[in-house]
Amino acid sequence: MHPILAIVFLPLLAAIVGGLTNKAAPAVFTKSITTGALFISCALSWPIFLGFVAGTVEPQVVPVLQWVQSGTLSFDWALRVDTLTAVMLVVITTVSALVHLYSWGYMEEDPDQPRFFAYLSLFTFAMLMLVTADNLVQMFFGWEGVGLASYLLIGFWFRKPSANAAAIKAFVVNRVGDLGFMLGIFGTFLVFGTVSIPEILEAAPVMSGSAITFMGMRLNTMDILCILLFIGAMGKSAQLGLHTWLPDAMEGPTPVSALIHAATMVTAGVFMVCRLSPMFETAPVALGLVTFIGAATCIFAATVGTTQWDIKRVIAYSTCSQLGYMFFAAGVGAYGVAMFHLFTHAFFKALLFLGAGSVIHSMHHEQDMRYYGGLRKKIPLTFWAMMMGTLAITGVGVVALHIGFAGFHSKDAILEVAFARGTETGQFAFWMGTFAALLTSFYSWRLMFLTFWGKPRWIESEHIQHTVHKTPAQAGEDTTGGYHPHESPVSMLIPLGVLSLGAIAAGFVFNRAFVDSAEFWGSSIFYNEPLIHALHNAPVLVKYAATIVMVLGFVIAWFAYIKDTSIPGKFVAQFRSLHAFLYNKWYFDELYNLVFVKPAFWIGRQFWQKGDVGIIDRFGPNGAAWVVERGVGVAKRVQSGYLTSYALIMLLGLVAAITWILM
Amino acid sequence: MGGFPILSAMLGVPLVAAIACLFLSDNGARWTALVATLVNLALGILLWLNYDIGGAQWQFVESEDLFAGFKYALGIDGIALMLIVLSVFLMPICILASWESITKRVGEYMAAFLFMELLMIGVFAAQDLFLFYIFFEAGLIPMYLIIGIWGGDNRIYASYKFFLYTLLGSVLMLIAMLWMVHQSGTTDIPTLMQYDFPAGAQTWLWLAFFASFAVKMPMWPVHTWLPDAHVQAPTAGSVILAGVLLKMGGYGFIRFSLPMFPEASAQFLWLILGLSMAAVVITSLIALVQHDMKKLIAYSSVAHMAIVTAGLFAFNQQGLEGAMVMMLSHGLVSGALFLCVGVIYDRLHTREIDRYGGLSINMPQYAIFFLLFTMASIGLPGTSGFVAEFLSLMGVYEVSSVATFVLTTGIILGAAYMLYLYRRVAFGEQKNADAAAMPDLNLREWIMLGPIAAAVLWMGVYPESFLAPMRKDIAALDARLARAEPAGDAKLEAKPPREHNANYIEPSGDHGEGHESEGEH
Repeated sequence: MHPILAIVFLPLLAAIVGGLTNKAAPAVFTKSITTGALFISCALSWPIFLGFVAGTVEPQVVPVLQWVQSGTLSFDWALRVDTLTAVMLVVITTVSALVHLYSWGYMEEDPDQPRFFAYLSLFTFAMLMLVTADNLVQMFFGWEGVGLASYLLIGFWFRKPSANAAAIKAFVVNRVGDLGFMLGIFGTFLVFGTVSIPEILEAAPVMSGSAITFMGMRLNTMDILCILLFIGAMGKSAQLGLHTWLPDAMEGPTPVSALIHAATMVTAGVFMVCRLSPMFETAPVALGLVTFIGAATCIFAATVGTTQWDIKRVIAYSTCSQLGYMFFAAGVGAYGVAMFHLFTHAFFKALLFLGAGSVIHSMHHEQDMRYYGGLRKKIPLTFWAMMMGTLAITGVGVVALHIGFAGFHSKDAILEVAFARGTETGQFAFWMGTFAALLTSFYSWRLMFLTFWGKPRWIESEHIQHTVHKTPAQAGEDTTGGYHPHESPVSMLIPLGVLSLGAIAAGFVFNRAFVDSAEFWGSSIFYNEPLIHALHNAPVLVKYAATIVMVLGFVIAWFAYIKDTSIPGKFVAQFRSLHAFLYNKWYFDELYNLVFVKPAFWIGRQFWQKGDVGIIDRFGPNGAAWVVERGVGVAKRVQSGYLTSYALIMLLGLVAAITWILM
Repeated sequence: MGGFPILSAMLGVPLVAAIACLFLSDNGARWTALVATLVNLALGILLWLNYDIGGAQWQFVESEDLFAGFKYALGIDGIALMLIVLSVFLMPICILASWESITKRVGEYMAAFLFMELLMIGVFAAQDLFLFYIFFEAGLIPMYLIIGIWGGDNRIYASYKFFLYTLLGSVLMLIAMLWMVHQSGTTDIPTLMQYDFPAGAQTWLWLAFFASFAVKMPMWPVHTWLPDAHVQAPTAGSVILAGVLLKMGGYGFIRFSLPMFPEASAQFLWLILGLSMAAVVITSLIALVQHDMKKLIAYSSVAHMAIVTAGLFAFNQQGLEGAMVMMLSHGLVSGALFLCVGVIYDRLHTREIDRYGGLSINMPQYAIFFLLFTMASIGLPGTSGFVAEFLSLMGVYEVSSVATFVLTTGIILGAAYMLYLYRRVAFGEQKNADAAAMPDLNLREWIMLGPIAAAVLWMGVYPESFLAPMRKDIAALDARLARAEPAGDAKLEAKPPREHNANYIEPSGDHGEGHESEGEH
């Protein structure tokens, strides 16, 4: 039996058993079996991955069960293991196992723990099905499966209206992307007669010049197919236009945000583009769009991230922005580099989220950074973990020595390759990416300074007020309100420690394999050798660009939040409308509400009250009933009993009949 | 199976039981009905097990001459088999659903249901045109009675509306049938399925049948009887209505309109696609604003049935098989959703969505079932709804990308209205004390919902069990339709491939001036 079967199906088994047991057994039962299953999956995944790094493992497809067979269309349940899958396997199982462990502490007091752990394991199963898919439909199965788990976990605290709204929003917005994905699958089958990924990738180049009609437009076949599939990726990976669900998804418990909305599910879109990279390489227009959307998202989300107060929302926008980097890296053809950033980002972003969770945990569920401050000394271990995460995401490192934290390696490679690609969209992506790197550094340090430096501002928080039973006025000078933040339990600190190691070393250790090694990737992605050469030959200034803006962002944040804390207020007063625009996330939610949500309900009511009731029923069945009633009246009058009138009618009828026949 | 007339037995068991029920006490009638439907379920499973996949097209054939060329002829192919299995599967569940909620005239009620079962099986098994017509139209009567006698407050209006609508089509269909028999000289359905009617006559024959089937389906805009009928019908009535009666329209299309009038079917392709597109968008939007649970699910049924009609008229195997799976899946899922409504209606006696809320707190098991069926209705992969939707839409795509685009928006709207419903019922705070006090599922309700849940997952993960018996019949139909098959709008045109891959760049200097790229040529 191939270990992949255990890796994928153990979490499912644990989810079913744990979920059905629910409260029938003590919570520790479900917690143990789900966490145990994940650690086994993780332990089995790393040897596979390291085997690919060392070049000792061959790609393989493990068949499971026939799924659908209809005419010439057929697809099966099967598990594909190649380099690309192996990368995702370690990311998913590692982060998931650590998040399971972390949740022992974080969810300690929740009465619904079995349900939570069962959902987490269910999610992991679906995500593993997604990355092991050998055909587009199984990928879609995983795609929707993670969507379901995400829906359930965002809405985990289902008593909260905001959590419910966020859960539905996530599902429905993702479905907009799925519309594209499904049409893409249909189109792919129409063109290639198969949904098997290897067969499509092999046949794609032949069709690169062909034309097809889609919704009345005459288009290049591969471009339209890839654009449709990419719309699916945009939904899942929260790219500009379909991103609105991700910040709201922070309504879910923080471990969920770390696992689903940072490290794994949201990267599914990037994974999809990389998995289909030989297909996307036949579609220059589609790739141009990927680059453009990625670059636009990366700058958009970074600008919004600079203004948010909720610690989780800052990290959420940061995730959105980092996903943009991955997309434009893929768009310019550096799929290995995109996957590299996906890999490092999984560690440091999960770390940042879990660190934020630890802060929230210690601050009695307060998430607003305005009420933090001075936590460095109180929760030192969390502080250091967050520090590692921040150093990694901002990309701290020494260019000349090529040593640095995880994000340093992957982000630099992305910016360099975007520049080296030499096209206009590549240039656009490079400049947007560089500016976003400045903002990344700024908002990351802003988060750190607001949270860990300065004076405590805790008593302003309602959560803290409830805990210490004091109002700010009663607390007086003591802005802590007498509240004592305490460090999180060991079960939460271990994951922080392990992920810190990842944030420090993942870039340095795996740089060569991910970026430079065509052998490592094998045939699992499209590997563009000359492009990587160009990357290494990028101008010196380009190589230093990321470091320069990183330092600049740090300095600005230091001035604004340490040196002179009145600067942000003055800035906002000066640029009120700009700040409002950013703070309100470019008004996307308001726009969508106005254009889609409200009209949908309004039109629905019109169709119902005016259409069904007012027209169809009125002139249909009710009208028929009315006609019958009136008809009865007429019939009554006609049956007058006078022979002459009967004779007249008979005569008229006869004349009419004869006329009819003669004509 | 030797010579055992299993189909006749499946008609006879409910008939005998129905008559018995009329004379029995309330409890006697309940048990008689349950045993009879279980016997029929056993016979149905036997039928399935003994059906020879890949064997003769028509199996379990029985034929008896009656009078004036009128024959008692039964026989099934794979398509009919699956629909019969669906019917007998849902019947015992319906009886259980009525166990406690029906307290007046129990004997007559059970008799009506058993009679209904007889007629449903009859429709799918009939091989004689007029026998089919009798079963098809007589099906109205018990449903009319079930709504009119055991229904809600406004049951008289609903039952008249139901009757008026369905009657309209039937008259036209009967005239068309008479003409067909006159023309071809036979009432044998398998023979008629091979008969080539003149193209001119096909047009109005098709329209006459369409009038009947479109109402049964129901297609937009002749759907307005359905929400009222569902709202007023007792739970089990809704289950059978949504689960099986609506499928008679689809069965009619696949058994009559398509094989008998292929040219006309192609001619009216855009009528069907147009109405289907309108139905998906309009009824989904209407479902979004409903306050009554049953009405919401009724409107969602219209949207799902539109996928069936579109799939049927895709003129290819994926479309046809998808439509069939959709009929089976929708039969299970919408039936189950109506049962879910019934479960809480029995406790609180209201269908008003806002009267519920936070049910996952006091009814967690119920919430899980409801979630599963909600997801199946949305078409989540792994449930039957996905296989159905995916195959149908895949089929339609080969005909028209525009139609597919519009129909696929149903997956967005469907998610919106179903999740919005689920949120208001199962999530949120417990607003109402009486709703918060409702007990979770009892054993009887578990027995009702459990098997459907299993079937929904089975059909989602391994639909082969359901596709295999129908494959040959659908392939035969597809072959017959081939001559009228419309050209797709894709018009794929091969041209020389591009010279380079999209991100091709010249290999850098240290690799020489070579023009070879690793891109494809």
